Formats: sequence, structure tokens, C-alpha cells
Amino acid sequence: MNRAALRERLPVLITAAVCVAMYVAVGLRFDKFFSLRVFFNLFSDNAFLGVIAIGTTFVILTGGIDLSIGSMMGCASIMAASLMQNGHWPAFAALSAALAFGALVGWCQGALVAFFRLPSFLITLAGLFFCRGVALRISQESVQIDNPLFNSLAGFQIQLPGRASITATSIVLFVVLIVCMFVARQTRFGRTIYAIGGSMASAELMGLKVRRTLIGAYTLSGLCAALGGAVFTLYTSSGDAISGTGLELDAIACVVIGGTLLSGGYGSVFGTLLGVLILGIVESAITFQGTLSSWWTKIVIGALLLMFMVVQKLIERAAARSR
Amino acid sequence: MITLSEPLLELRGIVKTFPGVAALQSVDFDLLPGEVHALLGENGAGKSTLIKVMTGVHAADAGEILLGGKRIHPHSPSDAVNLGISTVYQEVNLAPNLSIAENVCLGREARGPLGIRWSDLRRRAEIALDRLGLKLDVRLPLGSVSIALQQMVAIARALDVSAKVLVLDEPTSSLDANEVAQLFGVVRSLKDQGLGIVFVTHFLDQVYELSDRITVLRNGHKVGAWRADELSRLELVTNMIGRDASELDRTEEAAAGVAATGEPVVSAQQIGTRHGVSDVSFDIRPGEVLGLAGLLGSGRTETLRMVFGLDKPDMGKIERSGVPIRRFDPKQSIREGFALCAEDRKREGIFPDLSVRENIILVLQAKRGWLRKLSFRSQSALAGDLASRLRIHPPDLEGSIDRLSGGNQQKALIARWLAVEPALLMLDEPTRGIDVGAKFEIMSLVEELRQDGGAVIFVSSELPEVVRTSTKVLVLRDRKAVGMLEGGQVSEERVVREIAEGGA
Repeated sequence: MNRAALRERLPVLITAAVCVAMYVAVGLRFDKFFSLRVFFNLFSDNAFLGVIAIGTTFVILTGGIDLSIGSMMGCASIMAASLMQNGHWPAFAALSAALAFGALVGWCQGALVAFFRLPSFLITLAGLFFCRGVALRISQESVQIDNPLFNSLAGFQIQLPGRASITATSIVLFVVLIVCMFVARQTRFGRTIYAIGGSMASAELMGLKVRRTLIGAYTLSGLCAALGGAVFTLYTSSGDAISGTGLELDAIACVVIGGTLLSGGYGSVFGTLLGVLILGIVESAITFQGTLSSWWTKIVIGALLLMFMVVQKLIERAAARSR
Repeated sequence: MITLSEPLLELRGIVKTFPGVAALQSVDFDLLPGEVHALLGENGAGKSTLIKVMTGVHAADAGEILLGGKRIHPHSPSDAVNLGISTVYQEVNLAPNLSIAENVCLGREARGPLGIRWSDLRRRAEIALDRLGLKLDVRLPLGSVSIALQQMVAIARALDVSAKVLVLDEPTSSLDANEVAQLFGVVRSLKDQGLGIVFVTHFLDQVYELSDRITVLRNGHKVGAWRADELSRLELVTNMIGRDASELDRTEEAAAGVAATGEPVVSAQQIGTRHGVSDVSFDIRPGEVLGLAGLLGSGRTETLRMVFGLDKPDMGKIERSGVPIRRFDPKQSIREGFALCAEDRKREGIFPDLSVRENIILVLQAKRGWLRKLSFRSQSALAGDLASRLRIHPPDLEGSIDRLSGGNQQKALIARWLAVEPALLMLDEPTRGIDVGAKFEIMSLVEELRQDGGAVIFVSSELPEVVRTSTKVLVLRDRKAVGMLEGGQVSEERVVREIAEGGA
């Protein structure tokens, strides 16, 4: 690998190193942490966050931001649950409706950003309020689901040795990861997203389909947020309108820790997964420890976020100097 | 050779009006296959607008465009590209974060069931670059290669589609002489392949070196079209600026032979930074213009940044009226009476959303502090006075500065600094990308300031300008000062020799 390419991958390599180092450190500190069961739980416990963070990575790669994803998760969750329980919709129809709603809201946000050149921060802030409002309008109480098909889906798992299992939610995460990695690396849509993040004006003059791609990125982000809501519903077997409050910030933190620049153009889907795993490792370490308050997670994530931003800046400077 | 053939591209009666400005008034233009056609004019003449009409950025209000005899209506740059009209802009409009290969091919890459076929894409990019005689590692990110190579990549991209017309909009502004020669070689071979090339530039030498025909625009009208070998330089310049070119020579006599006296206003002694310029020394007395000469990247801008306190010198010292300056930050420098008009006027100069008046009074107001606000009346009076002194056109002080042409924006920036009556005015490439008339006005202005006892540092890539404007010239090479020419020694020939072999 040549130097320029190495420098570009440096942030995600650092993230990978930190992720492995933390996993090993926590494992050495606590018995039984190095088990297959704990390892796979990292994925199933954080599947909803992972799906949402991966989706919003695309928006951040364009240089935008999507604040509506946390609310969208809650909204999709309560929408699916309520359609099943109160509307007696079949499970797949209810989940599909929630996903379609997420994609639709994402599409609208993307269209506003692309056609009116409105700042994505404000558009999606409006989306944040809108989705949470819709969610609470549907039901302020959380809704338990007892739909047989849904419950068998939620209970589905592939058993592995050592009481470990791959749950339905982690399967969704893996599928989303692979699809999104493919989209980001191998498709014209994905490469156009990177080009827009590099320079939107250039992308337009290069004759790339900037508007369509921007709309696509926000649609994907909205869809993944709703899918995250569906995953959360599977995970808890209930829908809750206030779930996902503030989750957009966790997701953005994971994306940034994963090496994606907020200014767009640089970063990767895989990096985002690493960011989510780091968050997951910190959380399970605190659970293993037993006495620490769970707020320590926030403190550690805050510190990591700060560290990664400084590291990125330093790399950028080194790159500028060596040119 | 111009062959007698049907025009490849023809624009007839193009009209384009922006709010308050008639940018193009019934302009005709035609391009033959296998010719380089220079499109010239002062800033604000309508060149950029005409280019934007033919490349689909703007839609014309009236008139028609014919490509190969058929009417076309390009409504976006990508549309124009698909029709066969590709453009390479002054600034490299590519994605620096993507690989060179992607920058050549993105948007029309081969795709299979597993998405983009990277090996095809790289090969195609290599072929496109090969056509320009370039061998590059196409996997490198574009941002890691020089601007000149990026420009070549932009051309390769333009040619990767079956381009019939290639528009080169100021392609040489950021290239050095070798790179320009390389580019011209490429353009000539494309011409031989039958492409029609529209060439926009500010460099007259390059016009004559490359072009078969010349079309001149002025104030939104077409002045005329000539064969390059039938139009003398003098006629060309006269047509472009619409006044007698003999005026241009006046500054030449004026600057020569005046010896400045008195204590140095500013004196730099062996200043330098660890990673940048080193060993730069000069004195400037009232009534002197110091020219900085050197090739691109020789350290001219870095020197100015240091004197202005944007970069802290790691060695040496700068004295202001005999007193060493200790604190290096721009705010302190402004207090000391230093003024810097930066090279990149769009990014480091104008505030595009503010009016001309607000842009002009900005530094003066900042220097006074926000508590002592200038009244609107005194702002207007001051800005109006400076605007008429510098002949800023149109003299609409309340309009946004973004509406002004490049040359007039530059004058407004100089006005901004003149408002604080600086002891030392530093002009970094004040004449870049502006028209001949405005260049002349800026050089005359420097001369006026000098005669009034001002001190100026003047940086320009155009050697004749430096020589004409400066009373002494500091020559830089590879980030080191290699020579100082004073008084009668200042001539183009001497400067070139110093750049080549000075300080050895």
C-alpha cells in the first residue's frame, strides 16, 4: 500500500487498533469476557444502533447531518407495534409500513436539502420534532407485542457452541453492513456520495447526479433509522414512542469515531461498525464491573470522540505538510 | 491550419441578462473543427457567461446554439458533456478525495454484477491519461498530486467521453512554464485529431502561441473575430480595452530612476520559518515599491504571510521604524500599519454577501473597535471617495460585492486597506485573473501611492509587471532569497538571470 493510501486509511486503522486494544484490555480484566457468547452479544445488543449509524454514515459522507434518526427509530418502533397490536396488521405488513415511512421522511428531507440547498442540520432538526411528534401521537404508552409470527422472528437465533447465538437482530445488522459496504465501495451511487463530500460544486460540474444522490443518501439514512426501530422492536418485543431519544448523537459519535469526517468525503461504513463496537465494549465492560454507573459510558465516549477528532486533525496537518 | 468546413459549434444571437446587468447582447460565436479559437475580453466582458451558456450552466434568454448544424439546448453541464461539449475550468473541479482513476471515469464507469469494475476503470483512466502523454499511478488520491497534474486529469476526464468541443477556461493560471508547454502539446495533438477548442486566457503570449482565431468581447458585445496571424497585439489590446493602448506604456517611464530616501518603514532581517522560507532580508523606505519575483512556489506568498504575522517567523527579526516587532499576529500587524491583500481574493479577501461599502470600511471599523462605529454618512463618504479614486465600476456602493467583476473586486480590496492609510501595503498577485485595463489601473495606483511616499510590496507572476512597477526587486528561488536588484539593475533580463542562477 502506498503512503497516500495508507494515510487515508489511517483513521480507520487507528479505530480498529483501539477497538481491539479495548476488547483485549477488558477481556484481561474480567473473567468470561473472552467468550463467544459475550462477543456475539456485542452485536445483538447494539444491532439497532449499528443499523442506524451505518445508514447515517452516507449522509455524513456527503458533508450533511441527519438529526432525525433517533426520533425516526422511536416512530418506526411504535408504528410497527401499534399496527400489529391495535391494527391487527400482519407482522411483515406492519414492519414494511414502518420502513416505508422512514424512507419517505428521509426522501422528503433529502429533497429539501437537494433542491432548496437548505442546511441539513435544520431540515433534519425539523424531522426530529416531526417524527417524535408522530410517534407520541400514535401512542404515549409503550405497546407490548404478542403477534405469533413476530415473536418467532424475535426469538429466532442460530445456536453456537458455548451458549452463544446469532440472533435475528444481529443478522439484520450483518446484512445491512454488507449491503452498505457494497453500496459505498462498488456502486456509482456510493462513489458519487464520496465525490459530493469531496466537493459538491465539483461533483456537479463533473456531471454527476448530485441531487438524486443526495436524496438517495437521506432516504437510505431514514430507511436505516426505521429499520433500527424495527430491530429495536424485535429486541424488546415492544414498541416505545420515546425510544431512541438522543440516539442520533450516539450514532453520529460512532460514525466520527469510525473515522468519517463530518465535513464529508472521507470515511467508511466498516469504520462506523467499529465505532459501534467500541461503544458496545465500553457498555459491557461497565456491566461486567457491576458497580460503576452506566453514565460512565457517556464519559468514555466523550473522551474517545475528542481524541479521534484531534487525531484526525493531526493526520490532516501532517498530510498538508508532507505535500 | 484552418480548413474550409462547416462550423462544429455555432452560437447565434445569444442574449443573457442577469438582474440589472445585460451580460451578453446578441453575441455570435463559431468554432471550426480542428481549430483553437481564443475567446478574449476584459473581466465583465461576458466571456464567462458565454462559456456558461455553451456548457449548459446558464440558459440563454434568446439565441440559438448549433452543434454540427443541429440545434441543441444543453440544460446542465452533464447534458452538454453528453452532447460532446466538455469544459476544463480554471480551478480544478474534481473530487480531491477520490482516486485519479475515479476522477477520470466517475459517472460513466463500467459496471458488472459486483458493481464497479475497478480494473476496467483503472485501465480506461490510464488510456485517457496516456493520450495526454502522462503515466501516473491512477490509484493515488487526486489531492496528493500537483495542481498541474490535477488539471491534466481534468482534461483527461473531459476527453474520456467522445468530446467534439473542448472548452479550456483559463487552464494555465496555476501552471508553471514547463507545465504550460506540456499542456499546449496536448492541445495541439487534440486539434490534429479534429477537436474544436475554445481557449480562454489572460496571457496574450499564450493566445498567439496556440490560437488560430481570436474572438474579442467587450461589455457583453462581440467586437469581432480575426485570424490570429492577421491581428497585431496592439490591435488586440485596443479592441479588448476599447481605448488607446499607448497609455499602457506610461507607467514604464514613471517608476524608473527615483531614489527613495529616509529611514526604512519596515526592515526584515534574515527572517524565515523552519519548514518554509529562509534568509529573507529587505528594507523598504517611503517611496519604494519592492517587487518579489520568483517562480510558483518560490516563497513569495510565504514571505508576505510572515511579514503580516500570519505565520510566525522562527528566525530573524522584523523592525518597524527601527523598533523590533515582538508579537506576531495579524491584528497587531494592522495596528503597526501593515496591510495585506491576499492572493485568493474570493476566499481570503471579499465577504461576498456584504455590500461594496461594507467591504471597504471593514478594516477601518475593525481597527477603530466596535464601540466607535463609523456613521453611515462617513462610511458612504469614505467608500465613495475611494471607489471613485480607484474607479470601481459600477459605482454602486450598496450592491453586493459579489456582483463586481474580478478586477473591480480587487480594487475594492485595495480600497479597504487604503482606508486605514497603511505604512506598508502588500499586494499578493493583485493582477491575477483580471483584465488588462484593471491591471493597468492597479499598477498606476501603486505608482501613485509610491509618489505620495507610500511603501508597497508587489508580488506578481508576470515579470513585466513586477519590473514595471517596482523600484527594487527581491528574487526568490526555492524558498530562499537569491538576489536583490535595485534602481537601474531592475530589468526583466536581470531578474530572469537571478531566478536562474542568482545567489550561487
